[in-house]
Amino acid sequence: MAKYFNEAMETATRDQLYHLQSYNLSRTIHHVYKNMPMYRERMDAIGLKPEDIHSIDDLHKLPFTYKQDLRDGYPYGMFCVEPKNLIRIHASSGTTGKQTVVGYTQNDIDLWAECAARALVAAGADKDDFVHVSYGYGLFTGGLGLHDGAQKMGATVIPASSGNTARQVTMLQDFGSSILCCTPSYALFIADTLKEQGITLDKIHLKAGLFGAEPWTEQMRAEIEERLGIKAYDIYGLSEISGPGVAYDCECQNGMHINEDHFLIEIIDPDTGEVLPDGEQGEVVFTCITKEALPLIRYRTHDISSITHEKCACGRTFVRMQKPCGRSDDMLIIRGVNVFPSQIESVLLSCGTVDPHYMIYVDRKNNLDIMEIQVEVSADNFSDHVKGMEEMAAKINAGMQSTLGLASKITFVEPGTIPRSEGKAKRVVDKRKLH
Amino acid sequence: MIIKQISIFVENKPGRLAEITKIIAKNNINIRALSVADTTHFGILRIIVDDPEEVERVLKAEGLTVSITSVITACIHNRPGGLAEVLELLASNDITIEYMYAFIAKSENEAYVVMRIEAEGAAVELLKEHGFTGME
Repeated sequence: MAKYFNEAMETATRDQLYHLQSYNLSRTIHHVYKNMPMYRERMDAIGLKPEDIHSIDDLHKLPFTYKQDLRDGYPYGMFCVEPKNLIRIHASSGTTGKQTVVGYTQNDIDLWAECAARALVAAGADKDDFVHVSYGYGLFTGGLGLHDGAQKMGATVIPASSGNTARQVTMLQDFGSSILCCTPSYALFIADTLKEQGITLDKIHLKAGLFGAEPWTEQMRAEIEERLGIKAYDIYGLSEISGPGVAYDCECQNGMHINEDHFLIEIIDPDTGEVLPDGEQGEVVFTCITKEALPLIRYRTHDISSITHEKCACGRTFVRMQKPCGRSDDMLIIRGVNVFPSQIESVLLSCGTVDPHYMIYVDRKNNLDIMEIQVEVSADNFSDHVKGMEEMAAKINAGMQSTLGLASKITFVEPGTIPRSEGKAKRVVDKRKLH
Repeated sequence: MIIKQISIFVENKPGRLAEITKIIAKNNINIRALSVADTTHFGILRIIVDDPEEVERVLKAEGLTVSITSVITACIHNRPGGLAEVLELLASNDITIEYMYAFIAKSENEAYVVMRIEAEGAAVELLKEHGFTGME
């Protein structure tokens, strides 16, 4: 069994990587300066020219890119290639109703597939494996990302997509699935279903799983490994950068290797923007150095983590990042869906609540995330009969479904019961203990 | 026949109804009739009082969510079949009731039924036609 998908690259010396990264960074900056007007203006504003970027040592001189930029350029304003050169579009839920849209050329898809293939091989997959992909297929990058990766490394893909757990369990038994790809909470939900149906581990053939798209803990890893009888690997990604496979666990399970020949990582102080040294926690910032359609430069992910350049026992030389341990903004990840409190507020406003006071409670029951939104009743949404209140709750819930694609429980509470805070309101109580 | 009813939103948690009735008592408000509509998470306390506008103002100042709704009252006989009589009358004229409750009047022989009816005008006309009186 091969240990690496691309040994030459994954074990390149730091010196080789330095030169390759510097060359690709400089090339990408020229491409972006020429083709992404928003970023050119940002460079011009500080008098920076593409020629000023000689190596990755100059990375810190470059301006940041923000999620807001993608929103401002909705849908294709940030793309650096002609639309005819795009071969795929993906999107994730944005902060204010509009989605964050990303696009890929053939090369972009190929390099993403390569990154996902490296992650699969690092998790012990080879050509003989049946890769069961239970991430959602669609605009979300999870499903197709692992699908392309598994195909690239020559394994057999089972594109199960998400949902219908009873059928998934039948497939796990009958189709010979050996590698499972899904969110960690869904892996535990599958374990629950197996137990409920009295299916013992000798009836399934899983040996490993790649789990990501939502925060999870080492305790969850241990639980998944024990209950499914597999090794559980972390995989990290975000659609703005490409998708799953930006970083991946190796057999040491001691931090995720960044695919550094494609993506540069920096950890910064989210307040000052200053680059932080190895080991220090801060906001993760990525720079794409090989992409064509959407090569984002110094993209602020808002994920909080730290990195280390220490040599890994697996032989890979790529820098490793710790599991993200939080967010520098108020984004929540619920069942793999990015949720911003502002989206919930806009739904409440659209349902006729003029000055919504609300609190979002997120919990995990039977290994599935549940969201409850407590809304204070006011003259705007109070109805004298029960049916009216139930209709209001159903209307809000339908709004949440169409905006977020998530069901939520709407609970009305008395005015004044949700704590008021000075300055930034606290809108979220997350009881999941994910960090 | 048409009177004003006060509706108060009550969260479904232990002791909350007691707290709210205490607020009502503290403000020297006499409840003439009441009903509670309850669901898993909340209830709606509906009360009939002497001066609804004043009571609305007072309870709002106490931070409660309050609304005023007009309801129809009808005086019925306090004997078997007394309620059925008025409900049959409304039903046979296709008038539907959203919710209702009843209480005994000062005279033991009579009771009042309080009804929330969308087709308020038609209901009042019908009831009057058939000799029903309401609470004033």
